[in-house]
Amino acid sequence: MTDATANTPADPKPKPKTSLLAADARTNARNAAEKRFQYFGLAAIAAGAFFLVVLVFAILSNGLPAFKQAVVKMDFTLTQAQFDEAESATLKTKVYTGYFISALEQKLQAEGVTAQFDAKAIDRILGKVGGQMRGFYRENPDKIGQEISFELPAASRVDRYLKGGFTRADLTSDNRFFHQSDFDLVDALKDAGIVRSAFNWTFITGVDTGVDNAGGAGIGASVLGSFLMMLVVLCLALPIGVAASIYLEEFAPKNRFTDFIEVNISNLAAVPSIVFGILGLAVFIQFMHLPQSAPLVGGLVLTLMTLPTIIISTRASLKSVPPSIRDAALGVGASKMQSVFHHVLPLAAPGILTGTIIGLAQALGETAPLLLIGMVGFIARYPDSFLGGFEGPNSAMPAQIYNWASRSDVVFTEKAWGGIIILLAFLLTMNIIAIILRRRFERRW
Amino acid sequence: MYDIPNTNRDAAVESNEVKFKCTDCQVYYGDTHAIKDVSCDLRDRTVTAFIGPSGCGKSTFLRCLNRMNDTIDVARVQGSFLLDGEDIYDKKVDPVQLRAKVGMVFQKPNPFPKSIYDNVAYGPRIHGLAKNKAELDDIVEKALRRGAIWNEVKDRLDAPGTGLSGGQQQRLCIARAVATEPEVLLMDEPCSALDPIATSQVEELIDELRENFSVVIVTHSMQQAARVSQKTAFFHLGNLVEFGDTNQIFTNPQDSRTESYITGRIG
Ligand SMILES: Nc1ncnc2c1ncn2[C@@H]1O[C@H](COP(=O)(O)OP(=O)(O)OP(=O)(O)O)[C@@H](O)[C@H]1O
Ligand SMILES: [Mg+2]
Repeated sequence: MTDATANTPADPKPKPKTSLLAADARTNARNAAEKRFQYFGLAAIAAGAFFLVVLVFAILSNGLPAFKQAVVKMDFTLTQAQFDEAESATLKTKVYTGYFISALEQKLQAEGVTAQFDAKAIDRILGKVGGQMRGFYRENPDKIGQEISFELPAASRVDRYLKGGFTRADLTSDNRFFHQSDFDLVDALKDAGIVRSAFNWTFITGVDTGVDNAGGAGIGASVLGSFLMMLVVLCLALPIGVAASIYLEEFAPKNRFTDFIEVNISNLAAVPSIVFGILGLAVFIQFMHLPQSAPLVGGLVLTLMTLPTIIISTRASLKSVPPSIRDAALGVGASKMQSVFHHVLPLAAPGILTGTIIGLAQALGETAPLLLIGMVGFIARYPDSFLGGFEGPNSAMPAQIYNWASRSDVVFTEKAWGGIIILLAFLLTMNIIAIILRRRFERRW
Repeated sequence: MYDIPNTNRDAAVESNEVKFKCTDCQVYYGDTHAIKDVSCDLRDRTVTAFIGPSGCGKSTFLRCLNRMNDTIDVARVQGSFLLDGEDIYDKKVDPVQLRAKVGMVFQKPNPFPKSIYDNVAYGPRIHGLAKNKAELDDIVEKALRRGAIWNEVKDRLDAPGTGLSGGQQQRLCIARAVATEPEVLLMDEPCSALDPIATSQVEELIDELRENFSVVIVTHSMQQAARVSQKTAFFHLGNLVEFGDTNQIFTNPQDSRTESYITGRIG
């Protein structure tokens, strides 16, 4: 083409010869635009990364202390005579406290640390030592006479003093919770290695507590609640969602009715979750009389919420399977269903799994619908049995976090941040599982 | 042009029995009238070639013969298609059963993303053609040999079918189609991605298949049509312009459009 026109003598304006070494104005402008776009993209990523770093820093610095707990570590031996004496006394726990204090004095003397204290101060610092010891020995009478290494949680003010959240200046005057002199005692006990910071297992395995034992509150029961709900969601949303998508994508005739359904599913995915919550309240609790605050109901509500996500991602991955595969299967005489289940579904599986896990992760972090069906209650004990856990009252991780964050005691604020770390750890794990599954399935061919 | 040795082809079995009787066939894609008033009789144990310019409806007509057009929502098929005297578009006919009898090789190679073995074994498995693993192995080997690909893949039957070259994939698809022992084999440009050697192997296969089956092949190569087929149908803009003995079509075409096409003036 160009050759032909260049050779035509009648060509009015012969194309001027240009050098490849010198960029022309258009090329310069184009390159500049490309550069600008790249810088813009870089800036966007940098901003995103910055916010992420700030977020992670804030969460970790506020939440990590929740995983630490000041404990009192004491090696202690109780003789049978002491046990009998204490159990026959009127104020039994007081006797136990006395034993503990004398053991503590001996230990401090051995370490060469001098400290002044009385039973009241011990109660303020260690909480109800006597009660805890009595409980232990009554449950384990065989341990009498043996040396037991006790690790008892210290009072929440001691905990916060060691973490730096509570200082001498914060205590304007002695009160029934703490005295100015207690700071010296704690320092002395810390030097002697009796008070120290340990990993707070109670936070992970424990249940919710009231203000009197704020430090002992744990997220365990709500983790169980969340887990039970996720089981319900997985068992309902995955089969229903995949079956609905396969029907819509592969079998349903394309007509107005299916178009209508399709539009509605897309719209459902955008419905605010609180709407599902109020729907669950009206249908499952008020109409069907399912128990309030139960993970079963929570799971049902979250199933409704997750279904559109699963259906949309499943349909997208079914669509992305090339039609020639379906033709190939039909061409050798496979039925529609065989072609779907033998060929299309395995190819779509990674996409379906990823979509499902992302849907589950969304459901795991959902709080609003749970507020409406009453899953924010105060859950002070684990359910009695696994199946009973579905219908007994329980909370969920995000609801528990919300609940803690709205309490006035700062200890609970710390717990809320710690809970966020656990929630994020679960979400991260689920996403990693999604990535691994996707890799595993895709690498097969 | 490249004449292939080995042929007692024209002397081979030829039948006058009609396998497929198509009358007044119309195909519409929405408002597009893709096949217009086509009537033709395809004989048993005969290779019929469909030739014609691109977009004239060869594939469309071929797909009518095993009801693959059912899968296209906008496609409407009218007319009667009798396979051994039975209307394949009858309400009582299950297209799945039909497709087991009328196999197809598609224009673009489309192996399953499974192993080579599973690709070929899939049809026999779902139709229950093999009683045990040894029988299935036999069927697979025979099919791969017929598809002229056995020597290349016999050491890697577990390798994915999608990892083969384009031409190998197409031969794998041919092997997959013959593995179910269809009565009619529809081949849509099976050789468009093959080199001359593989092409001649596939042509030999077609010739061999003719002993038992009726084969319909769509091709853009005049030489191929002349070499492998006994009957040739020339399509143009959705019409069946001419249908007759291959010899006659290529030496003495009745229609001026056929003549222009085979001499290279339209297409
Ligand atoms: N799925 C479809 N939807 C709509 N129109 C189609 C579809 N498939 C084919 N057509 C139309 O039908 C006509 C015939 O197409 P067909 O594929 O049968 O041509 P062909 O003869 O096989 O061509 P080629 O030699 O290029 O393969 C074309 O005009 C094409 O645009
Ligand atoms: Mg075609």
